[in-house]
Amino acid sequence: MRELNSMAITEAVARLCVQANIHLSRDVKEAIAAARRAEDWPVAQTILDRIIENYSIGGDTPICQDTGMACVFVEVGQEVHISGGLAEAVNEGVRRGYGEGYLRKSVVRDPIDRVNTGDNTPAMLYTELVPGDQVKITVAPKGFGSENMSRIAMLKPSDGLEGVRAFILETVRLAGPNPCPPIVVGVGIGGTFDKCALLSKRALLRELGQPSPIPFYAGLERELLEEINSLGIGPQGFGGKTTALAVHIETLPTHIAGLPCAVNLNCHVARHASEVL
Amino acid sequence: MARHITAPLSAETARSLRAGESVLLSGTVFTARDAAHKRLCELAGRGEPLPFPVEGSVLYYVGPSPARPGQAIGSAGPTTSYRMDAYTPTLLALGSLGMIGKGRRGPEVVEAIKAAGAVYFGAIGGAGALLSSCVTSAELICYEDLGAEAIRRLTVEHFPLTVVIDSEGNDLYQLGPEAYLR
Repeated sequence: MRELNSMAITEAVARLCVQANIHLSRDVKEAIAAARRAEDWPVAQTILDRIIENYSIGGDTPICQDTGMACVFVEVGQEVHISGGLAEAVNEGVRRGYGEGYLRKSVVRDPIDRVNTGDNTPAMLYTELVPGDQVKITVAPKGFGSENMSRIAMLKPSDGLEGVRAFILETVRLAGPNPCPPIVVGVGIGGTFDKCALLSKRALLRELGQPSPIPFYAGLERELLEEINSLGIGPQGFGGKTTALAVHIETLPTHIAGLPCAVNLNCHVARHASEVL
Repeated sequence: MARHITAPLSAETARSLRAGESVLLSGTVFTARDAAHKRLCELAGRGEPLPFPVEGSVLYYVGPSPARPGQAIGSAGPTTSYRMDAYTPTLLALGSLGMIGKGRRGPEVVEAIKAAGAVYFGAIGGAGALLSSCVTSAELICYEDLGAEAIRRLTVEHFPLTVVIDSEGNDLYQLGPEAYLR
């Protein structure tokens, strides 16, 4: 059994919070640059140029002021023993990262009384046990402009593929300019109500441009991306071809009576950073 | 190519802007988002004056990230505007003439914009670092307890904006995609 001090987790989470909010990852930059090359509508070209200018500024100002809720995914190898509390270690990392990185504190302690916790804790912590003796940490700060436009539907089996397709397109159309297009569309299909929503969030962690390993869903991702980019919403909703950068679909087996479908939208500042300990 | 305008806005300038127009704004704007709007409307409801000169004022829906030492402001892009819809008609009726945000507004806001001869600008959502570089000073005015949501007086220089809803009620979020698809 490998021993891992929880201090190492705190330090990694702090680093990843700062890194994800200040440096956009290469896959997202490449997707935006490719979209700019393909865009033929002048207004949209101008917006994409400004977006590229924004993430190219350098320095240590966050790319977006909504430095998000810290969604922290921890995959713990079954052969690792963590000394110290995992949740406390993650929250301490968020506290440090958001403090030392001059990131915005956007979390309220209660959804109704709405008093800011002042340090962006607690993190939204997702843990998973996996084989091996390593710990993989992914921090995906999530802004709420796009989170607020996300939806879930408990479709009927008879709604089938067409129902799923229509729900995804409807979600993007209803969101329009609000989630800061060009967006990334995370889709979960199957499982239960809660697992389906989680699938759609996990879909946003996938490297942009990586298709689903399942050929059927890889094809569906391509078709949906094309349909979404035919809606005309465009960057910032001012019109154009580039409404979405990618569609990522994740699936799970489900019940004979159900067809859950969740759509988690992300903005063009699609942040995710990982480390393996 | 972009038109230069200054804030606070004159009634003539506000009325002359058209949906789709690119502008560079210089002058003074006041930050206010969800919690500050609630407090401003409570003040208005009690007939008390607002904590800033409201005549011709431009409100910027932003909750900036903290400034590093030597910086005027941290990352400072717009937040989604529809959450302010419930409060906007009250503030426009008091004399405010401009709003900066992103995303759609409800029909009651469009009507209030027409009635007031006001204007709704879009700043680029997610371009907080770029927009931060157009802010030359930031001064806390009130509601410090709200942290990022406190009201600040910002001096901006050549702040890049697009007119989204003009004083005639034209809406770029409809017109833009329609023009592209035509």
